[in-house]
Amino acid sequence: MAKIKVEKLTKIFGPHPEQGLRMLDEGKSNADIRETGQAVGIADVSFEVEEGEFLVVMGLSGSGKSTLIRCLNRLNEPTRGHIFIDGDDITRLDRQALLKLRQTKISMVFQHFALFPHRTVVDNAAYGLEVQGLDADERRRRANEALELVGLDGWADSYPGQLSGGMQQRVGLARALAVEPDILLMDEAFSALDPLIRRDMQHEMMQLQQRVKKTIVFITHDLDEALQVGDRIVLMKDGRVVQIGTPEEILNNPANAYVERFVENVDMSRVLTAQSVLQRARVVAFPNDGPRTVLRKMADENYASLLVVNRDYTLVGSISAEVASKAVKDGVEHIESLVEETPSVTPSESLMNVIGILADWRWLLPVVDENNKVLGVVTRAGVLTALAENNDTSDSEAERSDAA
Amino acid sequence: MIPSVPKFPLAHGIDVALDWLTHNFSWLTQALSHAISAVIDAIVAGLLFVPPWLLIIIVAAVGWRVAGRRVGIFTALGLLFLWNLRLWQPTVETFTLVLISTLIAVAIGLPLGIAAALNKRTSRIVMPVLDFMQTMPAFVYLIPAIPFFGLGAVSASVATVIFSTPPTIRLTALGIRQVPGDLIEAADAFGSSRKQKLFKVQLPMAVPTIMAGINQTIMLALSMVVIAAMIGAGGLGGEVWEAIQRLEPGKGFESGIAIVILAMILDRITQRIGRDSKVASAH
Ligand SMILES: Nc1ncnc2c1ncn2[C@@H]1O[C@H](COP(=O)(O)OP(=O)(O)OP(=O)(O)O)[C@@H](O)[C@H]1O
Ligand SMILES: [Mg+2]
Repeated sequence: MAKIKVEKLTKIFGPHPEQGLRMLDEGKSNADIRETGQAVGIADVSFEVEEGEFLVVMGLSGSGKSTLIRCLNRLNEPTRGHIFIDGDDITRLDRQALLKLRQTKISMVFQHFALFPHRTVVDNAAYGLEVQGLDADERRRRANEALELVGLDGWADSYPGQLSGGMQQRVGLARALAVEPDILLMDEAFSALDPLIRRDMQHEMMQLQQRVKKTIVFITHDLDEALQVGDRIVLMKDGRVVQIGTPEEILNNPANAYVERFVENVDMSRVLTAQSVLQRARVVAFPNDGPRTVLRKMADENYASLLVVNRDYTLVGSISAEVASKAVKDGVEHIESLVEETPSVTPSESLMNVIGILADWRWLLPVVDENNKVLGVVTRAGVLTALAENNDTSDSEAERSDAA
Repeated sequence: MIPSVPKFPLAHGIDVALDWLTHNFSWLTQALSHAISAVIDAIVAGLLFVPPWLLIIIVAAVGWRVAGRRVGIFTALGLLFLWNLRLWQPTVETFTLVLISTLIAVAIGLPLGIAAALNKRTSRIVMPVLDFMQTMPAFVYLIPAIPFFGLGAVSASVATVIFSTPPTIRLTALGIRQVPGDLIEAADAFGSSRKQKLFKVQLPMAVPTIMAGINQTIMLALSMVVIAAMIGAGGLGGEVWEAIQRLEPGKGFESGIAIVILAMILDRITQRIGRDSKVASAH
């Protein structure tokens, strides 16, 4: 079962939301509806979030991202549609149950931190626990744990005003984590930070996620950030979902011109993974092959080296043509003793890192699974081709949209 | 000339209404009057029982703690001067009236201010009433106070409360409404009830503004207590009133300067309370 399931969710702002709904159903545009004094926040949004997933919601300003995330804990009251959390429809909760939900299951991290300036860092972190009615010792203990998690132990008794922006947002994060929620809602949580701090926070957020395994809904209008942290991306425009998919899916198959424009300036090497440039290893060598056999295999495929694998395809290393021909002259029987140690990558390794490794490694770079079994190889030529292709498509798309 | 239009009987109407109120509620106001006057007498007696030098040390120490060394020293010197002028007793009387009136004003003003901040309808009723209360010349309140509470300190403090409560109400409401929206939202997002939101976020954040309101209330109370000497409230205002009637400018200025000194001491000390909080420094 999905952790969060959003079903045809609509939010109309204004004094007469029913009128807005009716006009939506008649197929009127957002601009028409705005003329009547109502505003479409989101319209007919549906998607699911799996437990432990890091979902990024992306879109231009005014596309409804904040409205959507604020519906998830009902800071915005949905006008129509349903939100299921663990299968329960939270749009039907009464006030008491809603407070309980917010206290224990869903926490929020805010763009401008929204820390309480009159409370110390630890009292800020403990706010949610205090609202739950926990006693002071327990609160302090758990708040300190949360502060430790975000690397702020030692700052407990400072006030937010004494902290830098990055540190303040860590407090915001600690406040959200202290109640040990299942779900974290983060509305442009890193947007107010300067670029370097922001990169650090993204990085730490991902490491943190490895440890705490929350279901995260994260808003950003920065595509690089989305690609960095997101398992999947929801792209929004004018209150509607335009595309949902993994970063690669969205980049490789933009659903329409809007998405294309969004993705055209991406640094592809950060997005593509080893998987996307993986080639089949057409031939391999085995440890008990003779050097002559190895040379012939290389000649057949025009390789300057070969991967050496066991019979079950687990990686042993590589052997180069040079070494093999010398072995022929020396009369070596098996290549086993001549195998060179070889770097390897997993399929999810980003192309950027792959390029880094290929800068020092001239031969075939093996891609292995978690059991060290060879899935395929990456070559320098393959990487360059992939990058060139992706640049080509975005260039030609840009031309097309310029012409339009 | 339009002599044929009869005068609208506003004064008569108010008189009739007040008469009716006096007639029907004097039992209540009399009882209240006795209670308040007993409290005032007790406090005055208590403060006069303490030797002036000891009281001066205590007040100066409080001033030092709250507002720093300079205010502490100024307080000590100022009060010593008042003592030396032989104005100790009227000073204590005036201070007591200000204290009582301010306590009542805050007890009324704080909840009303909170209600006005949280509820639009309350605000729409309360705010015009405040405008009315504040623009009416202060001593007009003294006239109806007499039939209800008799001549003296109680009438004075009732009129003073009416005159001095508005700033506390206004600034309490303002302080709460000024709390940034994203903090309210954060409080909501963590599942705070309305009460938790009020006591954990809104009121603490509003403290500096509320204190500014209370400071204004104290200053207004002092000015009104002085005017209230006209209905026999005694104190420093009484000294001034006497000097006027006897045409003694020297005595009049002595008492006038005493009032200024008392006002400055009250102002400097209460101004500092709440100003040093983290909320204030965050703005
Ligand atoms: N309280 C409100 N009252 C009226 N209209 C609103 C309200 N909040 C949002 N809207 C409208 O709903 C639409 C979506 O706004 P929303 O804040 O969700 O966008 P966003 O994607 O978060 O934008 P940004 O990137 O600028 O934060 C906008 O057209 C906005 O004008
Ligand atoms: Mg937003």
